[in-house]
Amino acid sequence: MGGSTECVKHIELYVNSSATSLQQEASVNAIATLLKNDTLNIETLVREMEMYLTTTDHIIRSRGILLLAEVLAKLTSKPLTDTSIHSLIGFFSERLADWKASRGAIVGCLALLGRKKEVGMVTDSEAKAVALSYLQNLQVQALGQHDRKLSFRLMECILDHYACAIRDLGDVLLYGICEAIDEEKDPDCLVLVFHIIESLAKLYPDPSGPLSKFAQDLFEILGSYFPIHFTHRKGEDDDNKREELSRALLLAFASTPLFEPFSMPLLLEKLSSSLPSAKVESFRYISYCTTQYGSDRMVKYAQALWSSVKEATFISPQSTVSAESELTGGMGFLDNDMMTQAFVLLQEVMQQDIIFTNLVLSDKDINIFVNSLIESTDFGDISLLLRQKLHAAGHILSVCAKSSAASCNKVFESYFPLLMNALGISPAKPSQKSYLDDDCSVFKLNFGALYLCIDFLGACRCLTAFFDNFTLVSDFANQTWCAMLHRFSGPLMKGFISFLGSNIVDSGHNAFVYLCVKGLQTLSTFPESFVPVSKHLYDCSLLMLVSIVTSEINKTFSWTSALKALVEIGLFIDNCPDSGRASSYKSTVVEKIVFLISSGDITSSSSLKLQAAYDIGATRKEFMVRIVQGLDEAIAVHFSAAYELGNLESDKLATELLDTYSNKVLPWFLETGDSEEIPIKFALGIWANIENSRCINPRPPDNASNLLGATMTAMKKAVGSCTVEGQEMIINKSYELLLESNCFESMGFQSDNCSSKLKGLQQNHNFGSSTYRYEWLISLFASVVIALRPQACIPNGKMMVQLFISAILNGHVSSAHALSALVNKLPSKITGINSFRSISLEEVLDMIFGSFFRTSSNGSMSGNDGHEIDLSGLKLDTLRIQSAKSNVVIGLAWIGKALLMRGHVKVKDITMTLLGLLMLDGNIGDSNQLQEWTEVCDEEYVPQLMKCAADSFHIIMSDSEECLNRRYHAVIRPLYKQRFFSSVIPILSSLVVKSESSSVRSMLYRAFAHVVSDAPLTAILSEAKKLIPILLDCLAILSMDVLDKDIIYNVLLVVSGLLTDRNGEEAVIGNAPRIINQLIDLTAYSQSMAIRETAIQCLVAMSELPHTRIYPLKTQVLQSISKALDDPKRIIRQEAVRCRSAWYVIS
Amino acid sequence: MTLGLINANPVVHAKKERHARTDDPHAVDPLDIYEHVRDIRDPEHPYSLEQLSVLSEDSVTVDEKLGRILITFTPTIQHCSMATVIGLCLREKLKDCFPPHFKVDIKVAPGSHADEESVNKQLNDKERVAAALENPNLRQLVEECLYSSEL
Repeated sequence: MGGSTECVKHIELYVNSSATSLQQEASVNAIATLLKNDTLNIETLVREMEMYLTTTDHIIRSRGILLLAEVLAKLTSKPLTDTSIHSLIGFFSERLADWKASRGAIVGCLALLGRKKEVGMVTDSEAKAVALSYLQNLQVQALGQHDRKLSFRLMECILDHYACAIRDLGDVLLYGICEAIDEEKDPDCLVLVFHIIESLAKLYPDPSGPLSKFAQDLFEILGSYFPIHFTHRKGEDDDNKREELSRALLLAFASTPLFEPFSMPLLLEKLSSSLPSAKVESFRYISYCTTQYGSDRMVKYAQALWSSVKEATFISPQSTVSAESELTGGMGFLDNDMMTQAFVLLQEVMQQDIIFTNLVLSDKDINIFVNSLIESTDFGDISLLLRQKLHAAGHILSVCAKSSAASCNKVFESYFPLLMNALGISPAKPSQKSYLDDDCSVFKLNFGALYLCIDFLGACRCLTAFFDNFTLVSDFANQTWCAMLHRFSGPLMKGFISFLGSNIVDSGHNAFVYLCVKGLQTLSTFPESFVPVSKHLYDCSLLMLVSIVTSEINKTFSWTSALKALVEIGLFIDNCPDSGRASSYKSTVVEKIVFLISSGDITSSSSLKLQAAYDIGATRKEFMVRIVQGLDEAIAVHFSAAYELGNLESDKLATELLDTYSNKVLPWFLETGDSEEIPIKFALGIWANIENSRCINPRPPDNASNLLGATMTAMKKAVGSCTVEGQEMIINKSYELLLESNCFESMGFQSDNCSSKLKGLQQNHNFGSSTYRYEWLISLFASVVIALRPQACIPNGKMMVQLFISAILNGHVSSAHALSALVNKLPSKITGINSFRSISLEEVLDMIFGSFFRTSSNGSMSGNDGHEIDLSGLKLDTLRIQSAKSNVVIGLAWIGKALLMRGHVKVKDITMTLLGLLMLDGNIGDSNQLQEWTEVCDEEYVPQLMKCAADSFHIIMSDSEECLNRRYHAVIRPLYKQRFFSSVIPILSSLVVKSESSSVRSMLYRAFAHVVSDAPLTAILSEAKKLIPILLDCLAILSMDVLDKDIIYNVLLVVSGLLTDRNGEEAVIGNAPRIINQLIDLTAYSQSMAIRETAIQCLVAMSELPHTRIYPLKTQVLQSISKALDDPKRIIRQEAVRCRSAWYVIS
Repeated sequence: MTLGLINANPVVHAKKERHARTDDPHAVDPLDIYEHVRDIRDPEHPYSLEQLSVLSEDSVTVDEKLGRILITFTPTIQHCSMATVIGLCLREKLKDCFPPHFKVDIKVAPGSHADEESVNKQLNDKERVAAALENPNLRQLVEECLYSSEL
């Protein structure tokens, strides 16, 4: 058989003592493959190996056995016959006695015992034989670490898979395991040991079974590991390992109640140790053990447990004042680990037995503390320690009250009357009909009592929320606590309300205000089936909170806590649909707030009021819809006041309202879904407002730009969140309005009209008004178009495009955005029946290029190839001509961006035109159109135009918030930036080389800087070698002009990206001296701190390069850095020190 | 060289918390200087000068207009022969961290050293400082203190 010769080769290779572990693994794999595809069967293999398995040379024997075992371990999914399994397991279990070759035997047993039933597994009796052989022959603690681990794994495997087979081994098994695990120290092995003990406990659950005899011995071994603590820390994963070990030990501790007599004394003893970590662990262990041992066993430790919990939490509280303490009136504490664990333990034991509650309630310390605290009334007197203690006592008592109805009764009986007495509140008399009488006035200001009282209320609420699901209301009524609560809740609530309403509230009473608000919140959020307060009081409390929110805006503390409480109450209503409360919340809170925002007196601190309105609305959809209605009304009022009358106050307010709308309300609806109505209504509402106010207040546009901007943003967001149908509705409506207002005619498709209108703007204010109105109309219309989805149909596309084109010529940037959005989204060809309304991309592009580069109609510049900008109507006014040209450039840039994003080929034409413009000065652009441009231009205007063309590359490459992004449904091809980058950069760099004029070169560098700084770093890295010299020239030229500091900073960031990336290193090394020189120049760039800082950081990065390349530059760098040590800014000085020490050590 | 440690059992104090400073103005102030010198290692122990209370925030005074820095440090014990080494370390460190136009004065706190006057004289003598740093053993000790990563 071919397989057998091959396998002999592998066997020899493996057994050979010079074989490396890699070779051995290869042999094992080879043999396993032979067995798997049946070229070799297992009997033949064993026969071939006979010599190695039985030889007296123990090294060869152990290798042979290990080989067989490892091969078997690879065959877990290959079916084997029962006979072969039988003989193999017999062999391996016998070999366990051969201590010189035991590893192979263990691995073999493990491989065979781990097999699944479908592929043939070891029988129970065989497994028992293995276990017996293991217990008799294996001296686990005498083995090495790896072998110990293997043998523990074997035992674990037997216990997990063959528990029934070995159950009757009893004492032998337990004794053997005790012996095997004693004195184990390796963490990996210990995890297995702990698991073995856990499995043992499962094997013998009987309290009088064999385990009971060995429980003490086992626990003696186990207990010595508690608490898990590494004396020699080795690495970073120590913490993980410690966690894992500690969890395994915890499970072993709690595995059987038989350990209780031994474990509890140990844990209690550790509780009194001085090591905090030991205490934390002990609390954790006891909490878990409590749940496993059962309450019968735990009762006897009650006293001891309570005193250690008390010690940890109450006697010496370790809580720290939390960051939000100010917001909670000085009572916000963060418990440390120990306290947290102690409270967890308390909660566990409380739920087990009422005896713990009795212990707590009869505790003298707590009693005395509470009594003495209640006697001192002034909050100012209470020291930090007392406050910490109060916090702990409140927590302890509320845990008691929360644990069960019975203990809640006891807590209430012992403390509640005391507290009420201290607060001076008497129970409500059944006869008393009228609420909020004057006689029931403000309660006594007693901080301790009030704090505990609020804690109790909170505990009751938890308890009722817990029982609410499965207890009848009648069950509550019989409980003492319930009765007490019913009697006192009314007066308490009245007390809270009248305190908040009284005018003694000032900043010194923050803590009281917080507690009262919290009390109202708690009492108002009891489940419906258990209402301790009447509807009338509920309404009163809402009213109180609302009045704080509406009127006391200058008292920040009361305002925030009241708002928070209202939001909580609102959320609670939303959780349990409870019609009665929802309606009273709506009528009291929501209506008030709506009134607040729609009424005139919103002017002062309006942002806070809007915040409140949004927060309360966000609790429930129904409320939000109502709030939005109010917002809409308010917007309508203020918008028209601002728009028609030019009221400055209203202007500011309307802007703020619109901002709230676009930043909060619309995103909220978008998140909750199914909400198209709201944005459509909003958008149509704005259009209706414009329609209704026929005249507009003529004002210089710069004052109004805020309102217009806010309206546009809100409009864009609203339209963007609509579906196609909604968008079509909005665009049709706006288009009609545009037609009605003769907008198209006034803006004119004939430039003559347009220019005269514009001149009118300058000369005549009457015309100005209408022009201003047109600006509004067109801007809003543009916003609608920007946010359209690609599928939306547009009415009369041609007119629209014409309108935008003429607006662009007049310098209206939003129109450029809108046109670019159209270009980005229009279908390239028209199909189907929609064609009579729509327009295709090709048509639009023809129109755009036609009007941007059109042979003029009056013939003054005829005779060319039809590619000039139409300047016919504008040539009268030089100023106009110039700005029109830059407007065209900006427009072109946006169109180019749109085309680039959808991956259209024409972007190339636009790029080339822009490049041509950029080089106007250099006489390179010899095409006719450009000559025309220069002719018309003033000499001095040319540089400005070139700059504009260079900056248009920034428009093309950067992401825009205004349009062409995902939110406004732009068509975005992946990697479009990379594509543009890789096509433009070669052109730019070759032009840089060719250009002779310095001004052209500087413009080329400017364009280059824009393209590079917005391109993804990976794209730049691949070209790093070519780019670095240009980047450096770029920095050198740009740093001449102070105005370019932002561009420099962006380029510098690209450079630092190259420096810090591994892939850029090679290119950097080649140019090291030049880079360093340039960076040194920039460390003295006085205009911008960010640039200096980045330059120094780059120098630090340079110091990491191979020393041979940079050593010659050391002196130079150190000299220049010592200047930076004297920088006026501290951060720069610190960076300079870092840089200096980084370079100083180079040698 | 001495056998054994001069102060075998120093009192170690906690490190103070550090805050990134964002406040203006950006003038050089004592805290600025203290930030640079607090982490210099003690020549004898693996603790920083701050931990051994050799330096504190109050031990630095600065006059930016005149360009003067004065550091007054407190050796852990009266007969500390390491006082001069500590002074050398401070001087070297400040030379690295501040522009050369600052004049640095380093003194031991009055009454904290048995040989106060001569130590002060030694530390502020340009020639002697330069000579000390020429000594390879001393130089190595100073550099260990400045660039140590033991802390």
